[in-house]
Amino acid sequence: MTYQFDFSSLWAYWPEFLQGAWLTLQLSAVSTVLGFVLGTLCAIGRADGPPWVKFLVASYVEVIRNTPLLVQVFIVYFGIATLGIKVSANAAAVIALVVNVGAYTCEIVRAGLESVHKSQLEAADCLGLSKPQIYWHVIIRPAIERVYPALTSQYVLLMLASSITSQISAEELTAVANRIQSDTFRSFETYIVVGIIYLALSFVVRIGLWLFGLAVFVRKRKLGTAL
Amino acid sequence: MPSFSLVHLEFLGWAALWTLGLSAIAFIGGGLVGFAVALMRISPIRWLRYAAIGYIQIVQGTPLLILLFLIYFGIAIAGFQEVPALLAAGVGLTIYSSGFLAEIWRGCLQSVPKTQWEAAECLALTPWQRMTRVILPQAMRIATPPTVGFLVQIVKNTSLASVVGFVELAQAGKLINNSIFEPFTVFMVVAAIYFAICFPLSTWSRRLERKLNVSRR
Repeated sequence: MTYQFDFSSLWAYWPEFLQGAWLTLQLSAVSTVLGFVLGTLCAIGRADGPPWVKFLVASYVEVIRNTPLLVQVFIVYFGIATLGIKVSANAAAVIALVVNVGAYTCEIVRAGLESVHKSQLEAADCLGLSKPQIYWHVIIRPAIERVYPALTSQYVLLMLASSITSQISAEELTAVANRIQSDTFRSFETYIVVGIIYLALSFVVRIGLWLFGLAVFVRKRKLGTAL
Repeated sequence: MPSFSLVHLEFLGWAALWTLGLSAIAFIGGGLVGFAVALMRISPIRWLRYAAIGYIQIVQGTPLLILLFLIYFGIAIAGFQEVPALLAAGVGLTIYSSGFLAEIWRGCLQSVPKTQWEAAECLALTPWQRMTRVILPQAMRIATPPTVGFLVQIVKNTSLASVVGFVELAQAGKLINNSIFEPFTVFMVVAAIYFAICFPLSTWSRRLERKLNVSRR
């Protein structure tokens, strides 16, 4: 092999790499928060809604989980444009990621909701809790606490999957990498650097979500037991 | 301007076959490598275990897109001029699926109760006999539902092979769209074909899982 590796020409680009990583984090954070809200609402709708809501949510989840994110991104970006609504690449990326991760969140949270034992609901009823109180204190919070590890993995995957949105030239790390490699002609080195950045980001996201879990699930932190 | 017609549908049909072929390559290749990595991951030899952990962490911690780019440009650096896109895509997806299958199967192997491993050893079975006669038959029952579930991920992720110039379903959709510019129709049809491939697999996986959990119902 006669190829000379040359990472030195990439040094000049470190602010751009950093900027790209920051954009990816922002994109993932927004999509995670919105996707979590959407997914949780869908899970509740699927568990307790009227039949047509259940059917609607079930179809939504199945359709999203059985089609590639790349095609979803294309449909949102190019498809919405032909319907006459103009969205920027970044907005389309967020919409596609939220719709995508919402379906996965729905499945995970639903498993959590189902794991709440019936006796808990009866006990809450006997204690005279109102319906919203039961929902919040007895069902949703314990359910999410239980499935939190699964959600964490899903959101790390989302962060990695956000690289796909570079295909519609949304501004994030992979798109930045594509630009840098066409500037420097150092494609292999560029993608090695970006791969390492993604690796670091996935650790950062994992640790961040773990700390967030510690802060939010007080009971678990204080007692140190699983639910 | 021509509109979406049977010709395009036929083109998409052929591309769908390539998607299936690429998925098969990724599953078989990823299965072989992944099984080896899973065995390394539970091996008593420490450095083998750490090597497997590192491999899994790296594959699961970087996007498939970056992996594909690396292989695409890496092959060119290694001195090969004309690399078939099928090879680049196949290698990339094999590495990707091996990283995930290794972790899934490790869990299944370790979920076989420890007493089974010990009993096999007490009966003086060789490590090979212990694995093939005692552990694998039990682990495979547990492994089937998540493996079928992961097949869906593989099929969906073949859509990224378009970045190395492989014409599969998503890329075919893009090509057609470039010529007739009806993105909504084209990508809806593409999505429908993916759904037709993946939905039976998901359903099958769920049914297998229910069957496995009969005792817990």
